[in-house]
Amino acid sequence: MTAMLAIFRRELAAYFATPVAVVFIVIFLVMSGTLTFTLGGFFARGTADLQPFFSFVPWLFLFLVPAITMRLWAEERRLGTIELLLTLPVAQWQAVLGKFLAAWAFCAIALALTFPLVITVNVLGNPDNGVIAAGYLGCLLVAGAYLAVGSAVSALTRNQVIAFVLAVAVCFLFAAAGSPIVTEFLSLRVPMLAEIARGLSISDRLGGFSRGVVGLRDIVFFAAFIGFWLFANGVAVDHRKAD
Amino acid sequence: MDVLIEIERLTKRFGSFTAVDDVSFTVARGEVVGFLGPNGAGKSTTMRMVAGFMQPTAGTARICGHDVQDAAVAARRHLGFLPEGAPTYPEMTVEGFLSFCAAVRGFSGSDRRQVVHDAMTVTALEDVRLQPVETLSKGFKRRVGLAQALLHDPAVLVLDEPTDGLDPNQKHDVRRLIEMLSPKKAIVISTHILEEVGAICSRAIVISHGKVVADESAAALAARGPSLDQVFRDLTVAHAADMEPAA
Repeated sequence: MTAMLAIFRRELAAYFATPVAVVFIVIFLVMSGTLTFTLGGFFARGTADLQPFFSFVPWLFLFLVPAITMRLWAEERRLGTIELLLTLPVAQWQAVLGKFLAAWAFCAIALALTFPLVITVNVLGNPDNGVIAAGYLGCLLVAGAYLAVGSAVSALTRNQVIAFVLAVAVCFLFAAAGSPIVTEFLSLRVPMLAEIARGLSISDRLGGFSRGVVGLRDIVFFAAFIGFWLFANGVAVDHRKAD
Repeated sequence: MDVLIEIERLTKRFGSFTAVDDVSFTVARGEVVGFLGPNGAGKSTTMRMVAGFMQPTAGTARICGHDVQDAAVAARRHLGFLPEGAPTYPEMTVEGFLSFCAAVRGFSGSDRRQVVHDAMTVTALEDVRLQPVETLSKGFKRRVGLAQALLHDPAVLVLDEPTDGLDPNQKHDVRRLIEMLSPKKAIVISTHILEEVGAICSRAIVISHGKVVADESAAALAARGPSLDQVFRDLTVAHAADMEPAA
C-alpha cells in the first residue's frame, strides 16, 4: 500500500514538474469553456444548467486523455526506468494502479478547475446542483474509462505517438458505439451486435449522469470497464516489459 | 557458507536465439563476483532475470532463499539492483528520486530522510541533491543509480556496469565503496573493464554466447595466461570459434 502511494505521489508530481500539467489544464479549460458558450449556446438556451458543458467534455477527453496516458508506460520503457520501477519491491498491480490513480486524480483536478462554470449558473439562475454533481461524476468516470484504455495501450509500445493514436481510436470506438449512425447501421445488418454496441457505449452511459440520474448499473459498468482495461494493462506490462 | 544468490540452470531464449544458456552459480556473503563477457554475451539478460525483471525461459534464481519469480516482492526487498545505463526519472531532483525509491521500499518520515542522506553521503551526491537528474553529468547519474541500489542496505547487490562513464577518480571511489560493503553482502558486478576484476573482485565468472566459460578466483583467472586481456580473449574468442558451424 505504501509502495502504491509512493508511486501515485511521484506520478502526480511528475505532471506538475513538466509543462504537461499546465498545457493540459489550460487547453482543457479554454476549450471546454469556449465550446460551452459558443457551440453549446449557454446563454441562448435560457436554462440554468450545464447540459452543454457535459455534452462536450467527453469528446474533449477523447483527445486529451490519451495525451496523458501515452507517456504512462511508453515513457518508462523508453527511459529504461521500467526496469528500475519493476525491480523495486512492488507488486505489478500496485504499479499499474498507482499510475492509473495518479492520472485519474490529475483529470479530477482539471475537471475541478471548471468550477467557475458552476458559480456562473448559480449566479444567473437556480440550477439543480444535484444534477450538476451527477454530471461531474459522469465526466470523471468517462475520464477513468479512457485513462484505463490509454494506459493499457501505452503498455504495448515504447512509441508515444503510436500509444496516442491507438488510444484515441479505441476510445472513439467505445464513445461512438452507441451513436445512431453505428447502431442503425448494425441493427439493419447484424441486430445482435447493435445491442452489444449499445451496451458497451460510453456516451450512452453518460446520458443518465448528465440528466442527474446516478444509476447503479452505470456505476458497475464503468467499474467493470476500468477493471477490465487495468487488468489488460497488467498483462501487457508483464509480457512486454522487457522488450 | 552463507549463500545469498543461487542461480540454477537459468536459460533465456528470444525466439530461436539463446541469450543465456544454462547458467548456474551461487554467490555467498562476502564475495564480490565480477561478471565478465563481451557485449551481447548475456550479462545484462542474466542480471535482469536475477532481478526478476525478465522471466527466464527455464531455470530459477533465488535471492536470500526467495524465488525471484514466485516470491518476487520478498526477493526484491533484499536486492539492490543497478540496471544497465542507470535509468532515473529525468525531471526529479536527486533527493526527490532517492526519496521516492525509499518510500516505495517502505521507509517513511525520519527513517526515509536518514537512508536518503546516508546513500547520498556514501556516493558523494550531497552537493547536487536539489538538482534535477537530467542536468547531471553521466558520472553523477551513475552514482544516483548506485545510491538507489544501496539505500536500503540490501544483502545482495547486483550492479550492471557500475563504473561505466565514471572518471578515474570516481571509479576509484566506487571500487572503494564496493570493497567497504563487501564483507556483509553478496555482490555481483558486470563489467568489461578487466582491471576492475583484479582490483575488487574475489571471483570472476566469464560468460560467452550465454554460457559460463570460466568461474574461478580472480587470481586463478589471471594466472591462466600472460595477462587478463589475453585470458579473456582466449576464453571468449576461442569459445566463439567453437560455436560457429564450420564454413
